[in-house]
Amino acid sequence: MVSNAGAGANRPLAIEARGIVKRFDGFTAVDGVDLTVPEGAIYGILGPNGAGKTTTLRMLLGIIDPDEGVRRILGHDRPHEVAHTIGYLPEERGLYPSMKAYEAIAFMGALRGLPLAEGRRRGRELLEQHGLGYAADRQIRQLSKGMAQQVQLLGTLVHNPRLVVFDEPFSGLDALNQGKLERMMRGLAESGVTVIFSTHVIAHAERLCDEVAIIAGGKVPFAGPVDVARDRIRPQVRLETRASDGPWRAALPADARHEGAYWMFSLPETGVEPLLRALIEGEAGILSLSIERAGLHDAFVAIAGEAAARALEESPEEVR
Amino acid sequence: MSAAPVSGRLSTLAAALVIARRDFTAILFSRSFFFFLLGPLFPLIVGGLAGGIGASVKETTARPELGIAMSKADVAAMSAAYRQLQGQLAYLPDLVVVAELEPGQAFDAGAAVRDRKQNLAAVITGTPAQPVLTGTRDLIERWQGPVSLAAAQALGNAPASYPKVELSNLVTKTTADENRSRVTTAQLGQTVLFLLTMLLAGMVLSNLVEEKGNKIIEILAAAIPMDAVFLGKLFAMLAVSWVGITVWGVTGTAVWLAAGNSLADYPAPAVGWPMFFGLAVLYFSMGYLLLGSLFLAIGSMASTVREVQTLSMPVTMLQLLNFFFASYAMARPGSAIEIAATVVPFSSPFAMLARAAQDPRLWTHGLALAWQVVCVAICVKAGATLFRKWVMKSGPARGGRKRRWFGRRAKAETAV
Repeated sequence: MVSNAGAGANRPLAIEARGIVKRFDGFTAVDGVDLTVPEGAIYGILGPNGAGKTTTLRMLLGIIDPDEGVRRILGHDRPHEVAHTIGYLPEERGLYPSMKAYEAIAFMGALRGLPLAEGRRRGRELLEQHGLGYAADRQIRQLSKGMAQQVQLLGTLVHNPRLVVFDEPFSGLDALNQGKLERMMRGLAESGVTVIFSTHVIAHAERLCDEVAIIAGGKVPFAGPVDVARDRIRPQVRLETRASDGPWRAALPADARHEGAYWMFSLPETGVEPLLRALIEGEAGILSLSIERAGLHDAFVAIAGEAAARALEESPEEVR
Repeated sequence: MSAAPVSGRLSTLAAALVIARRDFTAILFSRSFFFFLLGPLFPLIVGGLAGGIGASVKETTARPELGIAMSKADVAAMSAAYRQLQGQLAYLPDLVVVAELEPGQAFDAGAAVRDRKQNLAAVITGTPAQPVLTGTRDLIERWQGPVSLAAAQALGNAPASYPKVELSNLVTKTTADENRSRVTTAQLGQTVLFLLTMLLAGMVLSNLVEEKGNKIIEILAAAIPMDAVFLGKLFAMLAVSWVGITVWGVTGTAVWLAAGNSLADYPAPAVGWPMFFGLAVLYFSMGYLLLGSLFLAIGSMASTVREVQTLSMPVTMLQLLNFFFASYAMARPGSAIEIAATVVPFSSPFAMLARAAQDPRLWTHGLALAWQVVCVAICVKAGATLFRKWVMKSGPARGGRKRRWFGRRAKAETAV
């Protein structure tokens, strides 16, 4: 695994996992995963369905124990000891259908040690703040799916956790609510809360994350800052010339390929200056020249392989 | 949000209390609980109606009559003598005149007894000096004496008056009676305990399945230890059971007292009634917690109600065996088998309640209760461990190996 110390190198760690392994019936769901999540970061676990994201999160949270390896969460080996400082939104949302919305939030807070009366007060307050005050006394079964998801999200945050873990938080949300959730996650990170989430949608990770762990087949081939992941691939150069041939072509790098009107190739180690000189001297007539930094998707393909990238793209998602 | 974060983690007991409080209020204030309370009423009503109808039918059809077929004078003499004797021998059947025979007239007593239009158990024929009793062997043997007495009375050979016997009930029971009664109390106590335990412990089965259906279980498992979830659920259901038993007990006692019954009429158990009831509550609680923790572990491993029913059947049968084991042991106090019944966790509450009815020593109950608490703790821990091991897992569905038991199907369904 490639691990890169990035922006969070000097920050204390919210999560640290070393070589965690989980097997089910002889099948290795998670195979020696290492993770380090700095405090206050937005950290994404990126991988296709079945890659081991949920199992990894469950081990980090103490829902299940790893067969091998060690984990530390907010400085503790036993996650339940710091459960009162953690919020968790599982992939499969669940609430008691007969509970009222504000009671459901209070109950989730009570599970994390928040006194029930305080939880009820905060529950009503949070619902008001998020435009759901009118639904505070409605039973969960009377709410729409989207509203119930919001109630659960508020229940995840009611006790003001230091670390929030979201498992596929964008799944099932429309574009508007995905945007709201992204803003909420950024707001949490700005207030010093560590946010870790799993996703199979690269765009979310690319927009939100300081650092990512790319997971495929139960292994993490890369964990570190998003920029470092992108830098694993050299920037791509796109060149358009008036002349289609000439002595300047000898200056093109070996990986250059002609796609339509463009020449495409990775930025050479020596930069573009020697090529530019050759183009000018050879009177190629430069129509356009752009240097594009690799996206996270390209980085994912390069790091996890084509098969994992295909699985990622095939993962069901209504809104990307 | 400006409010302060939570200052400390919940202890296992505090976490269990959060779960118990939620489950208890949710069940208590549900409409289904009202019907649950009414549940025992329906079999009682049906049983009462069936019993009443049965008694009425028995009253009208099964009351045997003694027929008489003699000459007119003999019938009159025998009837008068019989009425006089009925005052002294309350168990005598009613005397029905079948025929007043003319001199020399023949009469077939066998045909009269077999006649389906009448309800005759036996018929007296002949004369008071030489009565003939026709009927089934057991009845004619039983009625032979009274008929002979009536005939003697009719002939004027019986005493003119019968001295009044003064009744003295200073001795209410003998030691043998007391022992027999205590065995009855023990049997009754065991049966009630078994029925209540089986009726109520089954409730926890569906509870966790419902929770898994609501997908809440993962939120609980992430926030608090599974031991706390299990403990909370068990104690919530125990509290619900206590509410149910209190309601049924108060109602039943009121009806029982209104019917003119009194506890003083019944032989007291060896430890006395108050201690017996106290121990019954404790043993019910322990029996409930033991069986409930086992059911909870099963409920946690099953994905559907059908799986719950399938998996719980062997446990139900095993508990029935435990009950029979304890009942068998009850008749052999102090024997190795009785001690074994008090040690085996799942038969221990039944065996110990029977012991409370028959043996006044209290320290044995302290020991048994402590042992049962340890067993409950082991069951809860084992259930929680099984749950964490088998249920909370995910991963890709692998083709060709679809196992359906112990949550393995759930894994395939919740692929990450």
